[in-house]
Amino acid sequence: MLRLIAQRLGLGLLTLWAASVLIFVGTEILPGDLASAVLQNSATPESLAEMRKELGLDRPAIVRYGEWLGNAAVGDLGHSLASHRDVVEEIKPRLENTIFLAICSAIIAVPLAVTLGLMAAIWQGGIYDRLVNLVTLLSISVPEYLVGYILIKYLSVQLGWFPSLGNVTPDTPMGERIYLIFLPALTLVLVVVAHMMRMTRASVLNIMASPYIEMAFLKGLPKWRVVVRHAFPNALAPVINVIALNLAYLIVGVVIVEAVFVYPGLGQLMVDAVSKHDVPVVQACGLIFAAAFILLNMLADILAIFSNPRLRHPR
Amino acid sequence: MTELEYLKQQHQEGRLSRRAFLGRAAALGASAALVSSMVASVEAYAAETPKKGGTLMLGLAGGSTTDSLDPGSYNDSVMIDTGHAFWNGLVEWAQDGKPVPELAESWEVKPGAAEWIFNIRKGVTFSNGKTLDADDIVYSLNMHRGQTKSGAAGPFKAVSDVKKLSPNQVQVTLVSGDADFAYVLTDYHVLVVPNGHTDWSKAIGTGGYTLEKYDPGVRITGKRNPNYWKSDRAHVDSFDITVINDTSARMNALITGQVDAINRVDPKLVKLLEKNPKLEIIRAPGGWHTVISMMQDRAPFDNKDLRLALKYGIDREQIIKALFSGYGTVGNDHPIPRTDPYVNTALPQIKYDADKAKFYMKRSGLTDPPVTIQASDAAFAGAVDMATLFQSSAAKAGIKIGVKKEPADGFWDNVWLKGPCVTSYWGGRAAATQMLAVAYGPGAPWNESHYANPKFAELLTAARAETDEAKRKQQIWEMQALLHDDGATIVPAFRDWLAGNNKKVGGHTPHGGFDMDNGYIVEKAWLKT
Repeated sequence: MLRLIAQRLGLGLLTLWAASVLIFVGTEILPGDLASAVLQNSATPESLAEMRKELGLDRPAIVRYGEWLGNAAVGDLGHSLASHRDVVEEIKPRLENTIFLAICSAIIAVPLAVTLGLMAAIWQGGIYDRLVNLVTLLSISVPEYLVGYILIKYLSVQLGWFPSLGNVTPDTPMGERIYLIFLPALTLVLVVVAHMMRMTRASVLNIMASPYIEMAFLKGLPKWRVVVRHAFPNALAPVINVIALNLAYLIVGVVIVEAVFVYPGLGQLMVDAVSKHDVPVVQACGLIFAAAFILLNMLADILAIFSNPRLRHPR
Repeated sequence: MTELEYLKQQHQEGRLSRRAFLGRAAALGASAALVSSMVASVEAYAAETPKKGGTLMLGLAGGSTTDSLDPGSYNDSVMIDTGHAFWNGLVEWAQDGKPVPELAESWEVKPGAAEWIFNIRKGVTFSNGKTLDADDIVYSLNMHRGQTKSGAAGPFKAVSDVKKLSPNQVQVTLVSGDADFAYVLTDYHVLVVPNGHTDWSKAIGTGGYTLEKYDPGVRITGKRNPNYWKSDRAHVDSFDITVINDTSARMNALITGQVDAINRVDPKLVKLLEKNPKLEIIRAPGGWHTVISMMQDRAPFDNKDLRLALKYGIDREQIIKALFSGYGTVGNDHPIPRTDPYVNTALPQIKYDADKAKFYMKRSGLTDPPVTIQASDAAFAGAVDMATLFQSSAAKAGIKIGVKKEPADGFWDNVWLKGPCVTSYWGGRAAATQMLAVAYGPGAPWNESHYANPKFAELLTAARAETDEAKRKQQIWEMQALLHDDGATIVPAFRDWLAGNNKKVGGHTPHGGFDMDNGYIVEKAWLKT
């Protein structure tokens, strides 16, 4: 088990390095650089040269990458080229916001999706099953910005229950913070619930065809008990995988929701940094996103092993 | 907005006298009752006295996490509005288009307009307690000179020396005479910071507000400076700018009352906002204009008849309708807006005319000249649409134009000033001579069209040094006529700034400069309740 985790971590680091190379090359291929992006049409050749010299952009790309990698290896992610602030300082509040939103959404979405999925499996083919399937399919098919705008139109503009801006600051009190992020979190819940719910339903129904389920029914157990106690634990592995995938999405895929609700998260920071060619910030955001994906997938694998006695006690 | 409302706004801003307004309104055929109600509303507006207190919540587009408090680095609304809350300039560009004293109490121009002496206001202190003196001014002006990455480096090339004469007097010497130099000092980059200040994590200024929280590209808050030297400004106790780059999010925030004012209202949605009784639109016609610039020294654009064919082949009205929902005015191929006191009102307006376009095309002697516009929305949102509209209107006149869509990344670096025919824009300048010099001056680094008419160059030099009003006006009018007839730049449209206000906000007046009252919104606005 430990060996497996170590192996996964090693591979994860390798993936991170590959991601950093790809991100760096990607930002280098984009035409222009930070100096021209910032100065736009008020640039003079002198001010461009001065800015490039000050930022070290006049040196070859390979040198800059090597320097960045060397520092990153010892934990120094460098300074933002544009604001000169420490990248860690710049990212920290944004990352906290992103994770807070992801956790709040997950706390609602995961239990909701699993419960809805189980109920759909119990009443398979009934009115409830069809209704839940229809509604969740609808919410996943509508693009998330539209979901956001629809929520704003009704819950914010017409009813005035929730604010349309999620502009939290580090010292916003917890209660207000939850109030402010209600709509973005609800949008995310609507977007991710369908996938998890349908996976729960499908994998439980898959197990329901097994002989031992038939045995349980023959014992005279009620259907809900068969589903919850006998079928669901054996259907956990694929469900956990889908949950992990959706959690990763809640962290890395929320750029659009952040823009719609003006939520100061990491996605918005990365988009800003890419458009200004602020490489250290892009790199750091990219690494965090990649790490989130790798870690969550690894966690899913480990939990899947724990959920399966045959894998837990290999012969 | 109708012509009548435009006149009303002009009257409100004091550009048009009551008498003139009544006359023009009557000429438009407006009923006497309507006109008198408009006059009454303008008078009510003028009679309003600012109230003190409250927090002004602004939702602004034009901010980024890469922003810095360094005035030299400002390039968009959020930092321009922020800068004017914490700092003062030397000279303010007033509502009526004239330069008025700010930290420079008064100034004196030597004959020839190459030497300027500025008298610095006494008894003004920075937020760290330091008293303002000439050294601060010299330092602040020198930030834009020599080895610098300041956005004002271009206009400051005209400055050959800045020197302290006495603790309250500074002399600026120019390379050549410029009677409009006071306007250069109204540039939003030119803010006065304490001598030797380099730590841009702090905002130490003489402005109406002091910095509370600064999170670039996200949120900026400040509270009132109790010792502010301007007694008639800085009405609200504190301000809170939230950066909202997404247009819909900005509109939602205004509608739900989370912010009191926003900038850059989507022209398509103006009608919608006007229906809401709590909101109003502030429409500010100004110098911002779209440009299609051709290089005059490159084939085929060296052919004057081809240029004229293209000028008649573009449907300006259609572009204003499509891009700005009509919130703009047609351009006449010179960069001076109709809000500028020096605009040449005698020039005939160039209109879309397929026959004239055909005629000039024929006269040019060219058959299917390679005309390709390199367009990108990096120039401004809608630049590609503008090029495509041009393509179709020209096609109706039998002129073939290609549109090459360039990537937004690196557009200013790789395409602008390099391609022979590109889309671009100008934000306008406070002084007509400045605008003419920066975009069309001989040897100016941003002379996109490589315009090099010796007559124009001569007039420009003369007008800049001319202190006689009548002569200057004559010269500036003539330059506009030259660009109109022979220039290689098409100016299809001037766009209005459209801002949205909750009606409880007072003091937010349209300005011919930048949006949000030329960046002075924080110290000029007040809250009525």
